[in-house]
Amino acid sequence: MRWSPGEDQIVVTRAPAPGAAGGAYRAFGETLRGLKTTLARVVEGVHTIQYPEQKVPVYPRFRGRHRLHRFEDTPGQAGLEKCVGCSLCAAACPADCIRVVAAENTPEHRVSAGERYAAIYEINISRCIFCGYCEVACPFDAITMGHDFELSDYNRSDLIFTKEMLLAEPIEATPLRAEGE
Amino acid sequence: MTLAIAGYYEAWWIQIIKALVIFGVALGILPLVIVYERKLLGRFQGRYGPNRVGPYGLLQPLAEIVKFATKEDSRPVTSVGPLYLAAPVISIITAVAAFALVPFGDAPHIFGTRVGLYGLDTSVGPLYVFAFGAIAFYGLMLGGWASGSKYSFLGAMRAAAQLISYEVAQGLALIGVVITAGSLSLTAIVHAQGGMWYFIPQFVGFIVFTIAGFAETNRSPFDLVEADAELVAGYFTEYGGTRMVAFLFAEYLNMLVVAGIAVTLFLGGWLLPFGIHPPTWVDPFVVLAKMMIFVTFFIWIRATLPRLRYDQLMSFGWKILLPLATLNALVTAIIVVAVHK
Repeated sequence: MRWSPGEDQIVVTRAPAPGAAGGAYRAFGETLRGLKTTLARVVEGVHTIQYPEQKVPVYPRFRGRHRLHRFEDTPGQAGLEKCVGCSLCAAACPADCIRVVAAENTPEHRVSAGERYAAIYEINISRCIFCGYCEVACPFDAITMGHDFELSDYNRSDLIFTKEMLLAEPIEATPLRAEGE
Repeated sequence: MTLAIAGYYEAWWIQIIKALVIFGVALGILPLVIVYERKLLGRFQGRYGPNRVGPYGLLQPLAEIVKFATKEDSRPVTSVGPLYLAAPVISIITAVAAFALVPFGDAPHIFGTRVGLYGLDTSVGPLYVFAFGAIAFYGLMLGGWASGSKYSFLGAMRAAAQLISYEVAQGLALIGVVITAGSLSLTAIVHAQGGMWYFIPQFVGFIVFTIAGFAETNRSPFDLVEADAELVAGYFTEYGGTRMVAFLFAEYLNMLVVAGIAVTLFLGGWLLPFGIHPPTWVDPFVVLAKMMIFVTFFIWIRATLPRLRYDQLMSFGWKILLPLATLNALVTAIIVVAVHK
Protein backbone atom coordinates (compact mmCIF):
# COMPACT_ATOMS: atom_id res chain seq x y z
CA MET A 1 0.00 0.00 0.00
CA ARG A 2 1.28 3.43 -0.86
CA TRP A 3 2.10 5.70 2.07
CA SER A 4 -0.20 8.65 2.35
CA PRO A 5 1.37 11.82 3.75
CA GLY A 6 -1.97 12.92 5.20
CA GLU A 7 -1.57 15.76 7.66
CA ASP A 8 2.17 16.10 6.99
CA GLN A 9 1.60 17.05 3.38
CA ILE A 10 2.63 20.59 2.57
CA VAL A 11 1.90 22.42 -0.64
CA VAL A 12 4.88 24.17 -2.20
CA THR A 13 4.00 27.16 -4.30
CA ARG A 14 6.46 27.74 -7.09
CA ALA A 15 6.79 30.71 -9.33
CA PRO A 16 5.55 30.15 -12.89
CA ALA A 17 8.16 28.82 -15.31
CA PRO A 18 9.82 31.82 -16.92
CA GLY A 19 9.26 30.81 -20.55
CA ALA A 20 11.29 32.17 -23.43
CA ALA A 21 10.88 35.92 -22.94
CA GLY A 22 10.90 35.69 -19.14
CA GLY A 23 13.96 33.45 -19.23
CA ALA A 24 15.80 35.89 -21.46
CA TYR A 25 14.85 38.72 -19.13
CA ARG A 26 15.98 36.74 -16.12
CA ALA A 27 19.31 36.07 -17.76
CA PHE A 28 20.09 39.41 -19.38
CA GLY A 29 17.92 41.84 -17.42
CA GLU A 30 19.42 40.73 -14.13
CA THR A 31 22.89 40.77 -15.64
CA LEU A 32 22.35 44.37 -16.72
CA ARG A 33 21.15 45.20 -13.23
CA GLY A 34 24.31 43.64 -11.82
CA LEU A 35 26.46 45.63 -14.24
CA LYS A 36 24.69 48.80 -13.11
CA THR A 37 25.34 47.94 -9.47
CA THR A 38 29.07 47.41 -9.97
CA LEU A 39 29.43 50.53 -12.11
CA ALA A 40 27.75 52.54 -9.36
CA ARG A 41 30.61 51.43 -7.06
CA VAL A 42 33.14 52.93 -9.50
CA VAL A 43 31.20 56.20 -9.58
CA GLU A 44 30.91 56.17 -5.80
CA GLY A 45 34.70 56.22 -5.42
CA VAL A 46 37.08 54.41 -3.11
CA HIS A 47 36.70 53.94 0.63
CA THR A 48 40.24 52.82 1.35
CA ILE A 49 42.35 54.56 3.96
CA GLN A 50 45.95 54.70 2.75
CA TYR A 51 47.36 53.47 6.04
CA PRO A 52 50.92 54.56 6.53
CA GLU A 53 50.08 58.04 5.20
CA GLN A 54 46.53 58.30 6.54
CA LYS A 55 45.64 56.90 9.93
CA VAL A 56 42.28 56.19 11.42
CA PRO A 57 41.99 58.45 14.48
CA VAL A 58 41.63 56.47 17.69
CA TYR A 59 38.95 57.00 20.31
CA PRO A 60 39.94 58.77 23.56
CA ARG A 61 39.57 55.55 25.57
CA PHE A 62 41.60 53.49 23.07
CA ARG A 63 44.07 51.31 24.97
CA GLY A 64 47.41 51.56 23.24
CA ARG A 65 50.97 51.52 24.55
CA HIS A 66 51.36 52.59 28.20
CA ARG A 67 52.55 56.01 29.28
CA LEU A 68 54.14 56.94 32.63
CA HIS A 69 53.42 60.44 33.84
CA ARG A 70 55.13 63.23 35.76
CA PHE A 71 53.50 65.99 37.74
CA GLU A 72 53.18 68.82 35.31
CA ASP A 73 52.56 72.06 37.15
CA THR A 74 51.62 71.11 40.72
CA PRO A 75 53.49 73.58 43.02
CA GLY A 76 56.46 71.97 44.70
CA GLN A 77 56.12 68.74 42.77
CA ALA A 78 56.47 69.84 39.15
CA GLY A 79 58.62 67.43 37.14
CA LEU A 80 58.51 64.67 39.72
CA GLU A 81 57.34 61.23 38.68
CA LYS A 82 53.91 60.17 39.81
CA CYS A 83 54.96 56.54 40.21
CA VAL A 84 55.91 55.65 43.76
CA GLY A 85 57.05 52.11 42.97
CA CYS A 86 54.23 50.37 44.86
CA SER A 87 54.06 47.47 42.32
CA LEU A 88 50.26 47.35 42.41
CA CYS A 89 50.26 47.44 38.60
CA ALA A 90 52.59 44.47 38.48
CA ALA A 91 50.30 42.64 40.91
CA ALA A 92 47.23 43.44 38.83
CA CYS A 93 48.80 42.48 35.53
CA PRO A 94 47.30 39.18 34.28
CA ALA A 95 50.05 38.74 31.71
CA ASP A 96 52.78 39.38 34.27
CA CYS A 97 54.60 41.76 31.98
CA ILE A 98 55.45 44.60 34.40
CA ARG A 99 58.61 44.59 36.48
CA VAL A 100 59.03 47.22 39.20
CA VAL A 101 62.03 47.60 41.49
CA ALA A 102 61.54 50.35 44.05
CA ALA A 103 64.13 52.53 45.78
CA GLU A 104 63.99 55.16 48.52
CA ASN A 105 63.88 58.84 47.72
CA THR A 106 66.50 60.93 49.47
CA PRO A 107 66.48 64.73 49.87
CA GLU A 108 69.46 64.97 47.52
CA HIS A 109 68.05 62.61 44.98
CA ARG A 110 64.31 63.08 44.73
CA VAL A 111 62.60 61.32 41.83
CA SER A 112 58.99 60.86 42.80
CA ALA A 113 56.50 62.67 45.01
CA GLY A 114 56.17 59.82 47.49
CA GLU A 115 58.59 58.07 49.85
CA ARG A 116 59.85 55.65 47.28
CA TYR A 117 60.24 55.67 43.51
CA ALA A 118 60.57 53.08 40.79
CA ALA A 119 64.27 52.54 40.18
CA ILE A 120 63.42 50.06 37.43
CA TYR A 121 60.11 50.10 35.65
CA GLU A 122 59.90 47.79 32.65
CA ILE A 123 56.94 46.66 30.55
CA ASN A 124 57.39 43.75 28.20
CA ILE A 125 55.09 44.88 25.39
CA SER A 126 55.37 41.55 23.60
CA ARG A 127 53.54 39.95 26.55
CA CYS A 128 51.09 42.78 27.31
CA ILE A 129 47.46 42.07 26.44
CA PHE A 130 46.38 45.73 26.69
CA CYS A 131 43.67 44.99 29.26
CA GLY A 132 44.24 48.24 31.16
CA TYR A 133 44.19 46.65 34.64
CA CYS A 134 47.45 48.39 35.50
CA GLU A 135 45.80 51.74 34.83
CA VAL A 136 42.90 50.78 37.10
CA ALA A 137 45.18 49.48 39.84
CA CYS A 138 47.42 52.54 39.98
CA PRO A 139 46.54 54.74 43.02
CA PHE A 140 48.33 57.81 41.62
CA ASP A 141 47.32 57.70 37.91
CA ALA A 142 51.01 57.29 37.21
CA ILE A 143 50.47 54.74 34.43
CA THR A 144 47.81 55.14 31.77
CA MET A 145 47.13 53.43 28.48
CA GLY A 146 48.32 55.72 25.68
CA HIS A 147 47.16 55.86 22.08
CA ASP A 148 50.14 54.41 20.21
CA PHE A 149 49.51 51.17 18.39
CA GLU A 150 52.45 50.91 16.00
CA LEU A 151 54.63 48.76 18.22
CA SER A 152 56.28 46.26 15.91
CA ASP A 153 60.01 45.79 16.06
CA TYR A 154 62.70 43.47 14.77
CA ASN A 155 63.83 42.07 18.11
CA ARG A 156 61.95 40.82 21.12
CA SER A 157 64.44 42.56 23.39
CA ASP A 158 63.54 45.87 21.75
CA LEU A 159 59.96 45.39 22.89
CA ILE A 160 60.85 45.72 26.57
CA PHE A 161 60.03 49.35 27.32
CA THR A 162 62.05 50.96 30.08
CA LYS A 163 60.94 53.77 32.36
CA GLU A 164 62.65 56.41 30.26
CA MET A 165 60.85 55.21 27.12
CA LEU A 166 57.50 55.14 28.89
CA LEU A 167 57.99 58.63 30.33
CA ALA A 168 59.06 60.18 27.03
CA GLU A 169 56.61 61.70 24.59
CA PRO A 170 55.84 59.32 21.70
CA ILE A 171 58.00 59.98 18.63
CA GLU A 172 54.96 60.18 16.40
CA ALA A 173 51.63 61.34 17.76
CA THR A 174 48.69 59.05 17.02
CA PRO A 175 45.70 61.01 15.66
CA LEU A 176 42.90 61.25 18.21
CA ARG A 177 39.26 61.29 17.27
CA ALA A 178 37.54 64.59 17.95
CA GLU A 179 34.47 64.82 20.16
CA GLY A 180 31.43 63.31 18.46
CA GLU A 181 33.37 62.18 15.39
CA MET B 1 49.54 34.10 -49.85
CA THR B 2 49.76 37.78 -48.92
CA LEU B 3 50.42 38.71 -52.54
CA ALA B 4 47.27 37.00 -53.74
CA ILE B 5 44.90 39.20 -51.72
CA ALA B 6 46.60 42.50 -51.16
CA GLY B 7 48.19 42.79 -54.59
CA TYR B 8 51.59 43.81 -53.26
CA TYR B 9 54.65 42.12 -51.96
CA GLU B 10 56.55 42.72 -48.74
CA ALA B 11 60.27 42.12 -48.54
CA TRP B 12 61.43 39.46 -46.08
CA TRP B 13 63.15 42.01 -43.84
CA ILE B 14 59.93 44.04 -43.58
CA GLN B 15 58.15 40.91 -42.43
CA ILE B 16 60.80 40.21 -39.81
CA ILE B 17 60.65 43.79 -38.53
CA LYS B 18 56.85 43.61 -38.45
CA ALA B 19 57.00 40.36 -36.50
CA LEU B 20 59.36 41.92 -33.96
CA VAL B 21 57.24 45.06 -33.66
CA ILE B 22 54.04 43.07 -33.14
CA PHE B 23 55.74 40.84 -30.59
CA GLY B 24 57.09 43.92 -28.82
CA VAL B 25 53.73 45.67 -28.84
CA ALA B 26 51.94 42.55 -27.62
CA LEU B 27 54.32 41.89 -24.74
CA GLY B 28 54.58 45.63 -24.07
CA ILE B 29 50.90 46.29 -23.55
CA LEU B 30 50.36 43.06 -21.60
CA PRO B 31 51.79 44.38 -18.31
CA LEU B 32 49.77 47.54 -18.82
CA VAL B 33 46.62 45.48 -19.35
CA ILE B 34 47.37 43.49 -16.21
CA VAL B 35 47.89 46.57 -14.06
CA TYR B 36 44.86 48.22 -15.69
CA GLU B 37 42.71 45.23 -14.82
CA ARG B 38 43.90 45.19 -11.23
CA LYS B 39 43.38 48.90 -10.75
CA LEU B 40 39.97 48.94 -12.41
CA LEU B 41 38.89 45.84 -10.49
CA GLY B 42 39.93 47.67 -7.36
CA ARG B 43 37.72 50.62 -8.28
CA PHE B 44 34.82 48.23 -8.79
CA GLN B 45 35.40 46.96 -5.27
CA GLY B 46 35.78 50.41 -3.70
CA ARG B 47 39.58 50.30 -3.35
CA TYR B 48 42.56 51.68 -5.24
CA GLY B 49 44.34 48.57 -6.46
CA PRO B 50 48.13 48.58 -6.74
CA ASN B 51 49.46 52.13 -6.20
CA ARG B 52 52.76 51.67 -4.41
CA VAL B 53 55.33 50.73 -7.06
CA GLY B 54 56.16 53.61 -9.36
CA PRO B 55 53.78 56.41 -10.35
CA TYR B 56 50.18 55.26 -9.80
CA GLY B 57 51.47 51.71 -9.31
CA LEU B 58 52.30 51.38 -12.99
CA LEU B 59 55.54 49.56 -12.30
CA GLN B 60 53.82 46.84 -10.26
CA PRO B 61 54.04 44.21 -13.07
CA LEU B 62 57.74 44.99 -13.47
CA ALA B 63 58.34 44.27 -9.80
CA GLU B 64 56.32 41.09 -10.03
CA ILE B 65 58.13 39.84 -13.12
CA VAL B 66 61.41 40.28 -11.28
CA LYS B 67 59.97 38.38 -8.33
CA PHE B 68 58.67 35.54 -10.50
CA ALA B 69 61.87 35.36 -12.53
CA THR B 70 63.94 34.83 -9.40
CA LYS B 71 61.77 31.93 -8.23
CA GLU B 72 63.05 28.39 -8.31
CA ASP B 73 61.68 26.35 -11.21
CA SER B 74 60.39 23.50 -9.11
CA ARG B 75 58.27 20.72 -10.48
CA PRO B 76 56.39 17.81 -8.94
CA VAL B 77 57.92 14.32 -9.04
CA THR B 78 54.71 13.02 -10.61
CA SER B 79 55.00 15.37 -13.59
CA VAL B 80 55.66 14.05 -17.08
CA GLY B 81 58.94 15.73 -18.03
CA PRO B 82 58.97 17.10 -21.58
CA LEU B 83 55.21 17.69 -21.77
CA TYR B 84 55.28 19.61 -18.51
CA LEU B 85 57.97 21.86 -19.94
CA ALA B 86 56.33 22.20 -23.36
CA ALA B 87 52.85 23.24 -22.16
CA PRO B 88 53.55 26.91 -21.30
CA VAL B 89 55.58 27.27 -24.50
CA ILE B 90 52.65 25.99 -26.59
CA SER B 91 50.29 28.35 -24.78
CA ILE B 92 52.32 31.47 -25.37
CA ILE B 93 53.38 30.63 -28.95
CA THR B 94 49.80 30.07 -30.06
CA ALA B 95 48.63 33.24 -28.34
CA VAL B 96 51.31 35.36 -30.03
CA ALA B 97 50.64 33.67 -33.38
CA ALA B 98 46.92 34.43 -33.13
CA PHE B 99 47.73 38.02 -32.16
CA ALA B 100 49.63 38.42 -35.44
CA LEU B 101 46.34 38.31 -37.31
CA VAL B 102 44.76 41.35 -35.66
CA PRO B 103 44.88 44.14 -38.26
CA PHE B 104 45.92 47.49 -36.78
CA GLY B 105 45.33 49.36 -40.00
CA ASP B 106 45.40 49.19 -43.76
CA ALA B 107 48.57 48.90 -45.84
CA PRO B 108 49.96 52.45 -46.10
CA HIS B 109 53.12 53.49 -47.94
CA ILE B 110 56.00 53.64 -45.49
CA PHE B 111 59.41 54.66 -46.92
CA GLY B 112 58.24 54.01 -50.44
CA THR B 113 56.91 50.49 -49.97
CA ARG B 114 53.50 49.30 -48.87
CA VAL B 115 53.56 47.81 -45.41
CA GLY B 116 50.50 46.14 -43.94
CA LEU B 117 49.91 47.18 -40.32
CA TYR B 118 49.28 43.57 -39.31
CA GLY B 119 51.30 40.43 -38.90
CA LEU B 120 49.73 38.72 -41.85
CA ASP B 121 46.50 38.88 -43.77
CA THR B 122 45.52 35.41 -44.84
CA SER B 123 42.57 34.45 -46.98
CA VAL B 124 41.35 32.25 -44.10
CA GLY B 125 41.54 34.83 -41.28
CA PRO B 126 39.05 33.57 -38.69
CA LEU B 127 39.95 29.94 -39.43
CA TYR B 128 43.59 30.74 -38.66
CA VAL B 129 42.56 32.26 -35.33
CA PHE B 130 40.45 29.25 -34.45
CA ALA B 131 43.19 26.87 -35.52
CA PHE B 132 45.64 28.50 -33.15
CA GLY B 133 42.94 28.76 -30.51
CA ALA B 134 42.47 25.00 -30.78
CA ILE B 135 46.20 24.34 -30.52
CA ALA B 136 46.30 26.57 -27.47
CA PHE B 137 44.07 24.02 -25.70
CA TYR B 138 46.94 21.56 -25.95
CA GLY B 139 48.93 23.92 -23.80
CA LEU B 140 46.20 23.89 -21.17
CA MET B 141 45.43 20.19 -21.39
CA LEU B 142 49.03 19.02 -21.53
CA GLY B 143 49.91 21.38 -18.71
CA GLY B 144 47.07 20.03 -16.58
CA TRP B 145 47.67 16.40 -17.37
CA ALA B 146 51.46 16.44 -17.26
CA SER B 147 51.49 18.11 -13.85
CA GLY B 148 50.39 14.84 -12.27
CA SER B 149 48.13 16.55 -9.77
CA LYS B 150 44.40 16.05 -9.30
CA TYR B 151 43.61 19.77 -9.28
CA SER B 152 45.50 20.32 -12.50
CA PHE B 153 43.84 17.29 -14.02
CA LEU B 154 40.35 18.47 -13.07
CA GLY B 155 41.13 21.90 -14.48
CA ALA B 156 42.38 20.35 -17.70
CA MET B 157 39.25 18.19 -18.03
CA ARG B 158 37.06 21.22 -17.54
CA ALA B 159 39.15 23.19 -20.00
CA ALA B 160 38.75 20.49 -22.63
CA ALA B 161 34.96 20.30 -22.26
CA GLN B 162 34.41 24.04 -21.95
CA LEU B 163 36.69 25.20 -24.70
CA ILE B 164 35.47 22.64 -27.24
CA SER B 165 31.80 23.40 -26.62
CA TYR B 166 32.25 27.15 -26.72
CA GLU B 167 34.53 27.21 -29.73
CA VAL B 168 31.68 25.75 -31.80
CA ALA B 169 29.32 28.58 -30.86
CA GLN B 170 32.05 31.17 -31.34
CA GLY B 171 32.86 29.88 -34.80
CA LEU B 172 29.21 29.80 -35.83
CA ALA B 173 28.73 33.35 -34.56
CA LEU B 174 31.38 34.53 -37.00
CA ILE B 175 29.77 32.85 -40.01
CA GLY B 176 27.14 35.59 -40.18
CA VAL B 177 29.88 38.22 -40.48
CA VAL B 178 31.76 36.21 -43.07
CA ILE B 179 28.61 35.72 -45.16
CA THR B 180 27.73 39.42 -44.97
CA ALA B 181 31.23 40.59 -45.84
CA GLY B 182 31.73 37.91 -48.46
CA SER B 183 35.35 37.41 -47.46
CA LEU B 184 37.48 35.62 -44.88
CA SER B 185 40.28 38.15 -45.02
CA LEU B 186 40.19 40.31 -41.91
CA THR B 187 41.22 43.52 -43.69
CA ALA B 188 38.55 42.91 -46.35
CA ILE B 189 35.98 42.43 -43.57
CA VAL B 190 37.00 45.77 -42.04
CA HIS B 191 36.73 47.47 -45.43
CA ALA B 192 33.26 45.95 -45.88
CA GLN B 193 32.20 47.72 -42.65
CA GLY B 194 32.59 51.17 -44.22
CA GLY B 195 28.82 51.63 -44.35
CA MET B 196 27.82 50.13 -41.03
CA TRP B 197 29.75 48.32 -38.35
CA TYR B 198 28.68 44.71 -38.17
CA PHE B 199 27.63 44.72 -34.55
CA ILE B 200 24.36 46.37 -35.63
CA PRO B 201 23.20 43.94 -38.34
CA GLN B 202 24.98 41.02 -36.65
CA PHE B 203 23.94 41.90 -33.10
CA VAL B 204 23.11 38.31 -32.10
CA GLY B 205 26.40 37.14 -33.54
CA PHE B 206 28.22 39.84 -31.59
CA ILE B 207 26.56 38.82 -28.31
CA VAL B 208 27.25 35.13 -28.88
CA PHE B 209 30.86 35.85 -29.90
CA THR B 210 31.43 37.99 -26.81
CA ILE B 211 29.95 35.45 -24.41
CA ALA B 212 31.87 32.62 -26.05
CA GLY B 213 34.94 34.85 -25.90
CA PHE B 214 34.67 34.94 -22.12
CA ALA B 215 34.64 31.15 -22.09
CA GLU B 216 37.48 30.89 -24.60
CA THR B 217 39.77 33.07 -22.55
CA ASN B 218 38.74 31.41 -19.25
CA ARG B 219 37.53 34.71 -17.91
CA SER B 220 34.91 35.13 -15.24
CA PRO B 221 32.04 34.08 -15.21
CA PHE B 222 33.37 31.10 -17.17
CA ASP B 223 36.65 30.80 -15.27
CA LEU B 224 35.91 27.43 -13.76
CA VAL B 225 38.92 26.08 -15.63
CA GLU B 226 40.98 27.98 -13.10
CA ALA B 227 38.38 28.37 -10.35
CA ASP B 228 40.83 29.46 -7.68
CA ALA B 229 38.35 28.71 -4.90
CA GLU B 230 37.93 25.04 -5.73
CA LEU B 231 40.82 24.00 -7.99
CA VAL B 232 43.55 26.28 -6.56
CA ALA B 233 44.50 27.45 -10.06
CA GLY B 234 43.31 24.69 -12.36
CA TYR B 235 45.73 23.55 -15.02
CA PHE B 236 48.67 25.65 -13.80
CA THR B 237 48.43 24.77 -10.12
CA GLU B 238 51.79 22.99 -10.18
CA TYR B 239 53.59 25.64 -12.20
CA GLY B 240 55.70 28.32 -10.63
CA GLY B 241 58.05 31.11 -11.55
CA THR B 242 58.44 32.08 -15.16
CA ARG B 243 56.42 29.12 -16.45
CA MET B 244 53.38 30.32 -14.56
CA VAL B 245 54.00 33.81 -15.91
CA ALA B 246 54.01 32.30 -19.41
CA PHE B 247 50.56 30.83 -18.74
CA LEU B 248 49.28 34.11 -17.34
CA PHE B 249 50.68 36.08 -20.25
CA ALA B 250 49.10 33.66 -22.70
CA GLU B 251 45.77 34.07 -20.95
CA TYR B 252 45.88 37.86 -21.10
CA LEU B 253 47.19 37.78 -24.66
CA ASN B 254 44.24 35.56 -25.56
CA MET B 255 41.98 38.18 -24.05
CA LEU B 256 43.62 40.78 -26.27
CA VAL B 257 43.25 38.49 -29.29
CA VAL B 258 39.54 38.02 -28.64
CA ALA B 259 39.20 41.79 -28.17
CA GLY B 260 41.13 42.40 -31.38
CA ILE B 261 39.07 39.91 -33.39
CA ALA B 262 35.82 41.32 -31.98
CA VAL B 263 36.96 44.86 -32.86
CA THR B 264 37.94 43.74 -36.36
CA LEU B 265 34.83 41.74 -37.12
CA PHE B 266 32.11 43.67 -35.31
CA LEU B 267 33.35 47.11 -34.28
CA GLY B 268 34.76 48.37 -37.57
CA GLY B 269 38.48 47.76 -36.97
CA TRP B 270 40.41 50.98 -37.57
CA LEU B 271 37.38 52.83 -39.00
CA LEU B 272 35.79 55.69 -37.10
CA PRO B 273 32.08 56.54 -37.20
CA PHE B 274 30.40 59.72 -38.47
CA GLY B 275 32.60 60.02 -41.55
CA ILE B 276 35.77 60.90 -39.64
CA HIS B 277 38.84 59.99 -41.69
CA PRO B 278 41.99 60.54 -39.60
CA PRO B 279 45.48 60.22 -41.12
CA THR B 280 46.77 56.67 -41.50
CA TRP B 281 49.12 56.79 -38.54
CA VAL B 282 46.13 57.13 -36.19
CA ASP B 283 44.67 53.76 -37.27
CA PRO B 284 46.65 51.51 -34.87
CA PHE B 285 45.70 53.75 -31.96
CA VAL B 286 42.04 53.58 -32.95
CA VAL B 287 42.23 49.79 -32.90
CA LEU B 288 44.09 49.79 -29.58
CA ALA B 289 41.55 52.17 -28.05
CA LYS B 290 38.66 49.99 -29.20
CA MET B 291 40.43 46.93 -27.83
CA MET B 292 40.89 48.64 -24.48
CA ILE B 293 37.18 49.46 -24.39
CA PHE B 294 36.44 45.80 -25.00
CA VAL B 295 38.95 44.75 -22.33
CA THR B 296 37.28 47.20 -19.94
CA PHE B 297 34.00 45.42 -20.59
CA PHE B 298 35.73 42.09 -19.83
CA ILE B 299 36.89 43.49 -16.49
CA TRP B 300 33.49 44.97 -15.74
CA ILE B 301 31.89 41.56 -16.29
CA ARG B 302 34.53 39.94 -14.09
CA ALA B 303 33.70 42.38 -11.30
CA THR B 304 29.98 41.66 -11.65
CA LEU B 305 29.11 38.04 -12.36
CA PRO B 306 29.81 35.05 -10.12
CA ARG B 307 31.23 31.84 -11.54
CA LEU B 308 28.81 29.46 -13.22
CA ARG B 309 28.31 25.89 -12.07
CA TYR B 310 29.71 23.28 -14.42
CA ASP B 311 26.34 21.89 -15.62
CA GLN B 312 25.01 25.44 -16.08
CA LEU B 313 28.02 26.18 -18.22
CA MET B 314 27.52 23.17 -20.45
CA SER B 315 23.76 23.56 -20.83
CA PHE B 316 24.14 27.28 -21.56
CA GLY B 317 26.73 26.56 -24.23
CA TRP B 318 24.91 23.73 -25.99
CA LYS B 319 21.27 24.65 -25.43
CA ILE B 320 21.28 28.44 -25.82
CA LEU B 321 24.44 29.73 -27.48
CA LEU B 322 24.81 27.05 -30.13
CA PRO B 323 21.17 27.20 -31.41
CA LEU B 324 21.33 30.99 -31.30
CA ALA B 325 24.53 31.08 -33.32
CA THR B 326 23.19 28.50 -35.79
CA LEU B 327 19.96 30.43 -36.23
CA ASN B 328 21.92 33.64 -36.70
CA ALA B 329 24.06 32.12 -39.43
CA LEU B 330 20.97 30.60 -41.11
CA VAL B 331 18.91 33.82 -41.08
CA THR B 332 21.88 35.85 -42.31
CA ALA B 333 22.43 33.42 -45.15
CA ILE B 334 18.76 33.57 -46.18
CA ILE B 335 18.72 37.38 -46.09
CA VAL B 336 21.97 37.67 -48.05
CA VAL B 337 20.71 35.25 -50.71
CA ALA B 338 17.34 37.06 -50.92
CA VAL B 339 18.98 40.50 -51.24
CA HIS B 340 21.65 39.55 -53.76
CA LYS B 341 19.45 37.45 -55.99
